[in-house]
Amino acid sequence: MAELDTSGGGKNKGGKIRSKKQSTRVDLTAMVDLAFLLITFFMLTTTLAKPQAMDLAMPDKDKQDQQELTIADNRTMTILLGANNRLEWYIGLVDKPLTPPQIDNYGRNGIRKALVENAKKVIAATGDPSKGLIVLIKPSENSNYRNFVDILDEMKVSNIERYAIVEISDPDIALLKRDGIYK
Amino acid sequence: MPRIKVARKSTAIDMTAMCDVAFLLLTFFILTATARQPEPLPVDTPASTVKFKLPDLDIATLTIGQKGKVFFGVPGQPIRKRTLELMGEKYQIQFTEEEKTRFSVIESFGVPIGNLKQIIMMKGDDRNKPGLQPGIPTDSVGLRPSELHDWIISARYATKELNNVDMRVSIKGDSREEYPSIKKILDILQDQNINKFSLITSLRTGEE
Repeated sequence: MAELDTSGGGKNKGGKIRSKKQSTRVDLTAMVDLAFLLITFFMLTTTLAKPQAMDLAMPDKDKQDQQELTIADNRTMTILLGANNRLEWYIGLVDKPLTPPQIDNYGRNGIRKALVENAKKVIAATGDPSKGLIVLIKPSENSNYRNFVDILDEMKVSNIERYAIVEISDPDIALLKRDGIYK
Repeated sequence: MPRIKVARKSTAIDMTAMCDVAFLLLTFFILTATARQPEPLPVDTPASTVKFKLPDLDIATLTIGQKGKVFFGVPGQPIRKRTLELMGEKYQIQFTEEEKTRFSVIESFGVPIGNLKQIIMMKGDDRNKPGLQPGIPTDSVGLRPSELHDWIISARYATKELNNVDMRVSIKGDSREEYPSIKKILDILQDQNINKFSLITSLRTGEE
């Protein structure tokens, strides 16, 4: 968008030689372009640089009045985090699981399907939306921090309200070893 | 009959006002942008879909990376100063006024308290060299709690004294970090009844 000189010229009929009046306007287009580019850059970097925070609440460790809640075993799903970014899950107790333990992956096609399906099944079985699925997350020593965050994220994505991070037990480790995802 | 001449209008727009606005905004964003501090322990945070932004104030950050190295940082210079004073009382180390001032601008550090004076007197660039700082000890010695435990508790006292709010704790872990080292930190936090923490994650781009 260059400036057009439409003032017309060369009409000096009087023969007088006049020095042509120079326009005092500067073409600001390029400058404005640059300014807006920089604005965009700073705007995006300031808002995106802030890290995200995932809140995690753990149960009190050493409370005196430990209450043992008994929950139906068909409502609990245990997820064991193993090595090589794999996990294993089952419903019920480790010595007599209600579903055979399954190895799965993280992500949309892996554990999320199982979580959503099981959450529906449990509500259908109990017939009460307040008695939904309870997920026990047991990270093994072979899992890394990314796995831990991923599984917590899956809980948020699949709208599982009740989940807990539990210490892994020896039978669970034996199960992971049997299926080859524990070193 | 004379022909009616349509006056030819100039196609140039006066951009002065637009330019003014653009530069005003630019100045604003440059001034509000916080310069990113170099981190002594670079970590690659795992991604998540959570869209909750981390608050700026009254939240301590524990950085975990490189096989269990732990770095600690609290925001706010007065809080840092007070934290150092409290730590000095606990470990019977005298810090001079200059050391306190220098410490108050250190964003995050990871050395045993015995070596803290050396780190304080270093220049910023030298201090942030990778591999220089070995991390804060997390093991308890006998009956004495670990240094990390003491740092956290001092920072909590300092935050409560100065700002009268409870300090929160956030954990910034490297995604390759193994779970036991994370567990160790969680246990240290739970020992002082901190049962709620924030895990710092980066935003997941695109659906996997």
